[in-house]
Amino acid sequence: MSTARGAPRSMWILAAVLAALLAVPAAGSLYVTYLATEILIFALFALAFNLLLGYGGLISFGHAAYFAIGAYGCAVLSVKLSWPLAAAFPAGVALATVAAAIIGYFCVKLTEIYLAILTLAFGQLVWAVAFKWSAVTGGDTGLIGVPVPAWLDEPAQFYYFALAIVGACVALLWVVVHSAFGRTLAATRENAVRAEFVGIHVKRVQLVAFVISGGISGIAGALHSIFNRSVFVESAWWTQSAEVLIMAVLGGIHSFAGPAVGAAALILLERLIRDVTEYWPTFLGAILLVVLFVFPTGLAGMARRRAARSVERA
Amino acid sequence: MTTAQVLSIRGLRKSFDGFVAVQDVDFALAAGERHAVIGPNGAGKTTFFNLITGHLRPDAGEILLGDRAITGLPPHRIVRRGIARSFQRINIYPRLSVYESVQAAHIARAGRTFELFTLADRLYRDETEATLAAVGLTSDADAPAGTLAYGKQKQLELAIALAADPRLLLLDEPTAGMSPHETAEAIQLVGRIANERKLTLLFTEHDMDVVFSIADRVSVLHHGAIIATGTPDQIRRDAEVRRVYLGKAIDEAA
Repeated sequence: MSTARGAPRSMWILAAVLAALLAVPAAGSLYVTYLATEILIFALFALAFNLLLGYGGLISFGHAAYFAIGAYGCAVLSVKLSWPLAAAFPAGVALATVAAAIIGYFCVKLTEIYLAILTLAFGQLVWAVAFKWSAVTGGDTGLIGVPVPAWLDEPAQFYYFALAIVGACVALLWVVVHSAFGRTLAATRENAVRAEFVGIHVKRVQLVAFVISGGISGIAGALHSIFNRSVFVESAWWTQSAEVLIMAVLGGIHSFAGPAVGAAALILLERLIRDVTEYWPTFLGAILLVVLFVFPTGLAGMARRRAARSVERA
Repeated sequence: MTTAQVLSIRGLRKSFDGFVAVQDVDFALAAGERHAVIGPNGAGKTTFFNLITGHLRPDAGEILLGDRAITGLPPHRIVRRGIARSFQRINIYPRLSVYESVQAAHIARAGRTFELFTLADRLYRDETEATLAAVGLTSDADAPAGTLAYGKQKQLELAIALAADPRLLLLDEPTAGMSPHETAEAIQLVGRIANERKLTLLFTEHDMDVVFSIADRVSVLHHGAIIATGTPDQIRRDAEVRRVYLGKAIDEAA
């Protein structure tokens, strides 16, 4: 796995990406600002998800649960109980984190496909609660009218707010995957038995990864509910879990930024293709086939190989 | 021998669905001892190791490391108490680099597994390099572990186990699958490291030349029971051992 050794080149890329992100509201239309906000939020969700998949080797088929709990937590508290954003947002995130701790506690007891199925089961359970508990969640119709404070009313303002939070969370994730814990997590992914026999409490390492991943997914969800000023029950449905998995695989699960690239690619492709045809799912299937067979390391992996080749040639 | 016991085992028993794999084994290891466990395939050697390291839970019996019981503890806690092991079949981290593989063990050894905000790159650099140097893998530090040749993967296994800084090192067939040349090098390496680090060594091995060149004591396991324990010479001469196992093995080696 790559470490931070190729620093200078990646610093330039980081600076360029950051400059482009800061320039979005000034340079683009309102539509572009909305689109960029959407991408930022899902990029964070995909990166958080990939802490489990790419770094921990744990497949979650139910990650929509933590996104949705963050979203509903924030929305319900501000709509039904009139909590201010400064309280409702962190409370939603706390709920998602606690849910990830409880669900993760059971899930990491299992491995591989059994773990994946259990995450799916819990995910559907969360969806069922969101769907049936109408008094609180609005059930089938969802919750609309999430209040937004005046200082976030303008799309550009909210964009920068989202950028600050997403940026901080991405930095946090970067530190975690490069930390002592991150190295340990990679070891458990590669060989859980070997890891146990050097004194690593594998299940606890996996649980901590699960909680961090769920908590940050909750942050993405809470942001999304404020961004849309609403939350709908579809956000908890299993297809949302599949979507974040597709983003990660499309971008590349073995590079840090891959899932963010995948999120941007998936959102942009969907917009483009839906404009010209109603057969988006067909195209999505075709795109995934190409990725899996031609670029198994995802878009980021492909870009890295290109870069490596151009360095060799130079 | 009057030195302190590193490992004491009393009445250890394990069966699988009625098949008794290890029966009523009493066993002791003195500090600094190099002890080989030999026996035919299916004699229970690997089960015996798996019981000591916590991979399996014994049905009965007691295992003491020093004077503290470790019976039934999970593997990661037993490692922290001071027992490390290597595996018969290669058991490494294929996509981690050699350096990262060993460094992860140093991080675990120091109890810093859950440090979320300490960047790993600078942690235990000297210790990791020293461990790699000890087994002769310095020039392979950046290679992905999975791309190493077989013999080097075995060396990496050893490095990972050593990084856990054990008092007692268990090696399950350390030369399995090696060429005669690799075997000779591996023996030398293990012998040297055990000397330098004053390790107590417990190992299983099929190759009698290896056994008699490293071990200062040998136990023979047969149908899950220890039928003889003694110095290599005593074991070589033991009539019962020759009957069930060694006669054949020595004839083959000759």
